[in-house]
Amino acid sequence: MSALLEVRNLQVRVEEREILHGLSLTVNKGEVHAIMGPNGSGKSTLSHVIAGKPGYEVTGGEILFKGEDLLEMSPDERAAKGVFLAFQYPVEIPGVATMTFLRTALNAQRKARGESEYSTPDFLKKVRAVAASLNIPQEMLRRGVNVGFSGGEKKRNEVLQMALFEPSLCILDEMDSGLDIDALRIAADGVNALRSSERAMVVITHYQRLLNYIVPDFVHVMSKGRVVKSGGKELALELEESGYAQFEDQAA
Amino acid sequence: MPAELETVERVRRIDVDQYRYGFETIIESDKAPKGLSEDIVRFISDKKDEPEWMLEWRLEAYRRWLTMQEPTWARVDYPKIDYQDVYYYSAPKQKKALASLDEVDPEILKTYEKLGIPLREQEVLAGVVRDEGETDGEAPRRVAVDAVFDSVSVATTFQAELKKAGVIFMPISHALREHPDLVKKYLGTVVPTSDNFFATLNSAVFSDGSFVYVPPGVRCPMELSTYFRINERNTGQFERTLIIADKGSYVSYLEGCTAPQRDENQLHAAVVELIALDDAEIKYSTVQNWYPGNSEGKGGVYNFVTKRGDCRGKNSKISWTQVETGSAITWKYPSCILRGDNSRGEFYSIAISNGYQQVDSGTKMIHLGKNTTSRIISKGIAAGKSQNTYRGLVSAHRKATGARNFTACDSLLIGDKCGAHTVPYVEAKNSSALFEHEATTSKISEDVLFYCVQRGLTQEEAVGLVVNGFVRDVLQQLPMEFAVEAQKLISISLEGSVG
Ligand SMILES: Nc1ncnc2c1ncn2[C@@H]1O[C@H](COP(=O)(O)OP(=O)(O)OP(=O)(O)O)[C@@H](O)[C@H]1O
Ligand SMILES: [Mg+2]
Repeated sequence: MSALLEVRNLQVRVEEREILHGLSLTVNKGEVHAIMGPNGSGKSTLSHVIAGKPGYEVTGGEILFKGEDLLEMSPDERAAKGVFLAFQYPVEIPGVATMTFLRTALNAQRKARGESEYSTPDFLKKVRAVAASLNIPQEMLRRGVNVGFSGGEKKRNEVLQMALFEPSLCILDEMDSGLDIDALRIAADGVNALRSSERAMVVITHYQRLLNYIVPDFVHVMSKGRVVKSGGKELALELEESGYAQFEDQAA
Repeated sequence: MPAELETVERVRRIDVDQYRYGFETIIESDKAPKGLSEDIVRFISDKKDEPEWMLEWRLEAYRRWLTMQEPTWARVDYPKIDYQDVYYYSAPKQKKALASLDEVDPEILKTYEKLGIPLREQEVLAGVVRDEGETDGEAPRRVAVDAVFDSVSVATTFQAELKKAGVIFMPISHALREHPDLVKKYLGTVVPTSDNFFATLNSAVFSDGSFVYVPPGVRCPMELSTYFRINERNTGQFERTLIIADKGSYVSYLEGCTAPQRDENQLHAAVVELIALDDAEIKYSTVQNWYPGNSEGKGGVYNFVTKRGDCRGKNSKISWTQVETGSAITWKYPSCILRGDNSRGEFYSIAISNGYQQVDSGTKMIHLGKNTTSRIISKGIAAGKSQNTYRGLVSAHRKATGARNFTACDSLLIGDKCGAHTVPYVEAKNSSALFEHEATTSKISEDVLFYCVQRGLTQEEAVGLVVNGFVRDVLQQLPMEFAVEAQKLISISLEGSVG
């Protein structure tokens, strides 16, 4: 059986500068992978390339998703196929009510998959249930997407979408940044509730703390555009002790 | 490819040829020979069976027009117009006056269907079928349509009910015969025949348009609506609309238009005059979607419009709301003269330009009375190689103590081959005037678009969503059913702006 996500020897350039120099990563269904690594090591770049953000030039390697060539798909096709990226910095969309956005996006994905669109009552029922489990008040859903949301609210809104769209691959880019302890717990509980044997997660973080809540099956250390070490969850604890310095040399 | 470049590339592929409403209805037309002269003015007046004073009024305007220069101050650029190469009158052939839409040429009705207004039209039709005078309190929506097809109004509906309320709503050519005193009293009192080159031209040759009079204390029982179409090849359109809200009355008027595709540039020079007497209110909403020209910037309508409202009475209010998506050239400044004390003027505008469109639009708020207030909310969206200019004037007369204005102009750029410009003029001749002005210009954000497509929207849907969010404050000003139509139109008009 093929892996859910297979990144092979990926080389990526941004504005003529190579950022990823032959990165490989295999993620199977049901697994949770953590990616750690110093600032600027290319973690967000990897997540953007998987999601299909314009502006990155793939100069080598390949990405297979469910056995298909992901790089051939437009970003919205990837979303409909089940790739979800929870952004490090979720953007604001003024004038577009969160509820409208959720519904438009969900129905766009369903349409792309040839499924029927949700009726208004069905959709509302679904959103309300998910929002309640994440402590998101209805009032927030009437506001513009992320407009005036606190850092914690923005991250919770990302988890809300993840729960709503039911993707098969969730990439969480520094979900823990800017969250207080309670907000972190709520968001992490939301993510944990989505763990399933049919779904995989890639959790990008700088801190071991998040991994106490979302316990990974694998931990990878990235440095200078490569995965330099992989291991079990104890690798994260090791890093907490010794820092990244030991890998800097390896990557160079 | 860097993100920025990619959007530019997408925008470059704009295909305004896809213009949805570019079709022509084949109807025999009755037209005057090309060109403009005193004889043509007489021909038009004669066709309309107008009173003698009207002909004189037209001729005087024509003679003045001969002495005037076409204005050049707007930020629009177009080849010189040969005014002798334009037809000034054309009318769909009509055997007799029509009592209901049922009698309207099916070709015309089909045209409306293609315009995507079936719901409204069907309901209007239903209204026509009903026995006259029969009132249906449960009617979900009341829209009276005075259809201006080419230059002549071909159908007027809901007449009976309006009549009961005392509201006069008819083609201005009919009003000239049936209510000459009213027309004579108000016509040209807001936009005088000498006002500007295009308004003067309109005064000489206007073909038809709507006339509305709402008597004192009457709240017009329905939204009044007119659909304008340019259909005859090379026919200049010179609509003339006059709306009077007498003391304590209220009326909401909707104007919408689309035009078929063609090669030659078409001249459109409308004049709209609004008059609100004491405690009266007029709400005038427009969705404008004339043919913008093809992907090379060829063809397209030249739209030179003079729209002005006069808050003549105390506590009166005039509100303009416009959604401008079409035309190759738009030159349009719906304005308010705040003459009555405590009167209020509002201008809400969405102007979208794509392809090679050029828009120079805005408003003038002239504060003359005491404690007059005005509010301007303008949203300009430029894509493709278009140029989009907001031009506004807010002025307070010496005696306009306590005048207040709030202006917010926001521009959104899609790609980097287009331009947005804001040209505000402010003149306060008394120290108690309080004018506030805010302006922003932003580029549609790559990060916002990517966020949307990551969640499953196509690039195109993402642009539509972001733009609709950007213009929300203004959309909310439109009557409900119009807002839905406008929202659709906004997405359609930006359809070409991304791959
Ligand atoms: N658009 C861009 N233009 C130029 N350089 C870029 C661009 N995007 C990323 N980079 C560079 O690529 C490198 C990797 O950046 P990336 O954001 O992927 O790192 P990261 O591992 O996510 O860092 P952090 O932990 O700080 O979030 C950095 O040196 C960054 O400056
Ligand atoms: Mg990052």
